[in-house]
Amino acid sequence: MSAHSVAWGENASDWRLPPRGRVGMWCLIGAESGIFTIFVVAYLFYTGKSTTGPQPGDVLHAPIFYTICLLASSVTIHLAVRGIAANRMASFGRWWVATILLGATFLLGTAREWIHLIFDEGLTISTNLFGTTYYSLVGLHAFHVTMGLLALSIVAAFYFSGWLRREHADRLEILSMYWHFVDAVWVVVFTVVYVIGLSR
Amino acid sequence: MSTSSLVLTQAQARPLTLRLHGWVTTVDHKRLGILYILYALVFLLAGGVEATIMRVQLIRPHNDFVSPQVFNRMFTMHGTTMIFFVAMPLVFGFANYLVPLMIGARDMAFPRLNAFSFWMTALGGLFLYFSFLGGDGLYGAGGAPDVGWFAYAPLTAKTFSVGHSTDFWTLSLFSSGIGSIGTAINLIATILCMRCPGMTLGKMPLFVWLNLVMAGLVIPTISPLSAAQLMLLVDRYLGGHFFDTQAGGSAVIWMHFFWIFGHPEVYVLVLPAFAFASEIIPVFSRKAIFGYPVMVVATVAIGFISMSVWAHHMFTVGMSAGANTFFVLSTMAIAVPTGIKIFNWLATMWGGKIRYATPMLFCVGFLFQFLIAGLTGVMLAAAPFDWQLANSYFVVAHFHYVIVGAILFCIFGAFYYWCPKVTGKMLDEMLGKLHFWLFFIGFHLTFDFMHIPGILGMPRRIYTYEPGRGWDVWNLIVSIGVIFQAAGVLVFVGNLIWSCFRGKRAGNDPWDAWTLEWSTSSPPPEYNYAVLPIARSRRPLWDLKHPEDPDWRYE
Repeated sequence: MSAHSVAWGENASDWRLPPRGRVGMWCLIGAESGIFTIFVVAYLFYTGKSTTGPQPGDVLHAPIFYTICLLASSVTIHLAVRGIAANRMASFGRWWVATILLGATFLLGTAREWIHLIFDEGLTISTNLFGTTYYSLVGLHAFHVTMGLLALSIVAAFYFSGWLRREHADRLEILSMYWHFVDAVWVVVFTVVYVIGLSR
Repeated sequence: MSTSSLVLTQAQARPLTLRLHGWVTTVDHKRLGILYILYALVFLLAGGVEATIMRVQLIRPHNDFVSPQVFNRMFTMHGTTMIFFVAMPLVFGFANYLVPLMIGARDMAFPRLNAFSFWMTALGGLFLYFSFLGGDGLYGAGGAPDVGWFAYAPLTAKTFSVGHSTDFWTLSLFSSGIGSIGTAINLIATILCMRCPGMTLGKMPLFVWLNLVMAGLVIPTISPLSAAQLMLLVDRYLGGHFFDTQAGGSAVIWMHFFWIFGHPEVYVLVLPAFAFASEIIPVFSRKAIFGYPVMVVATVAIGFISMSVWAHHMFTVGMSAGANTFFVLSTMAIAVPTGIKIFNWLATMWGGKIRYATPMLFCVGFLFQFLIAGLTGVMLAAAPFDWQLANSYFVVAHFHYVIVGAILFCIFGAFYYWCPKVTGKMLDEMLGKLHFWLFFIGFHLTFDFMHIPGILGMPRRIYTYEPGRGWDVWNLIVSIGVIFQAAGVLVFVGNLIWSCFRGKRAGNDPWDAWTLEWSTSSPPPEYNYAVLPIARSRRPLWDLKHPEDPDWRYE
């Protein structure tokens, strides 16, 4: 132990610690997971407990196309971050814009589903327990997608005004961690709402 | 020295508005730490006044000092204030101030997030106390929240809580929750990523370890609370049915969500108290801490176990036998790592040259009081015992023993220990001892005797009681204790203010301590360290003072 300690004193420049941005983002993801867990538990606990209709089986249809869009955006953001890390700015720009479009398409899907549910099926957040849990869980996720899109758009604005450079690759990678997390949450929400919730 | 005093006089010459502006816009971890602590002290006085009003009301049977409605508001505001706006900000304030100094860093990992978190917490306190004015809303009903600090459904439903008092309560907890999560993220990132060269995880002071576990516990603890507050907001504002039993919702699930937060929260508060004791006891026993690795393991174990004990608050709800058994056993299991810690502190004192300065007095008080709090905790952990005493004054006495007897005592000790670093002036030792003895006597008068009416069947939260049930004399003694506690706190506040201006100069290292914060000036410069220190052992300052016999030879 002592020899080890002396070595540090002599080569303090060898001292390496994890990057703070990444640690901070992991912690934020942990906190967000806690919030989503509670909403998911509430959804599962209340499945089939609504005293009045409509029930999930009557009105819900799995949004397969929009889900594919959101999952694909995880791939495109990964390619974009790889592009900027290798200083291929044009490639970065293409994939980044593709990510924004895919994310926006997903939000459009949520909007269309809600419009259908509200105006055709008469299901709102106060209609019954299903409405309360469904809109709050899917809405919480949609809120996170919106926040992510906002952040991605700010980066896009920087890109098109020419301020974005290779040094920013680390920060964009941290932002992409958040986006991957939002996608992963959708996998859980999809499973809970459109697979387990419909099979009960 | 001369340049720094020159800078100081220049700073003092600036007009008051500019200096205040500097405090509002600061991102310096030391200033934010001080803001947290001052903010908590203001709320400590507010929460203390609320407690005093309750004790005056209960001093004799059929008293009518306040109405039942006001009494309900007082116990709700007292509980919410003391947990969220006294204990949490005090703990975060000390962590903010001390963690970067102890790990030899120049600031937290995210200084602006730090300021954001503080102001979100401040906003939360403002929401809560604005309810006294704005709770009425357009309904002319309400005032301050009166649903109890755990706000069980359906009390919080629109039907039973018209007006906006519950809305202010939930908004207050939600915004201060965001602040707490922000601070926790910041603390974890700071501790993992900003340590000075040589300070491996195994060489961090125990204070830093305990705060790391505390911050790690805040994240899975406060986020369920925030989620539950969002659900309550949906119920109240959008007509949702989460906790509406008539539409199939469940009141019990609110209990689960609240206590999933509520019990780990106790450990979020008590781990920093352990952190204070783990720094103060060794320095005043003149020995290195006993069993450092075991202390770390016990802390991490407490962190994990504390997340699986929440439903011991719900034995009387009527859970299944299996669930009751699980929560009895997990709750009792947590006594093991906690007991290990008590033995380690005792072993640190054993054979040491103990100096009973004020910080040490508070820590010794903590040791014995925390033991008793733990013992009544084990009693209440047994479900059949809990069925008898749940919601009685026995429970109130138990958790005040933890929060006042353990947590607040350690926090007072921390004030006397670290104030010289923060202000550069020693707190007065004689006033400190007076504070200790007044508060010690008051604490024991109030909370020792509070167990007895509980055993005799007095439920908590009643605004008055019938004479002749054997509760009268105990309530009188409990209320008399408040006088001593209030006197102690006033002596403490007076001491703080007086010492800030007239106190003896502290110098860099008044206690002959061993952690890095004592190696810089008091108060530390804005950048903390001109040259980043290098740590070779758990007591880097000991190594510096004793080059002939450094710690790193033995660790």
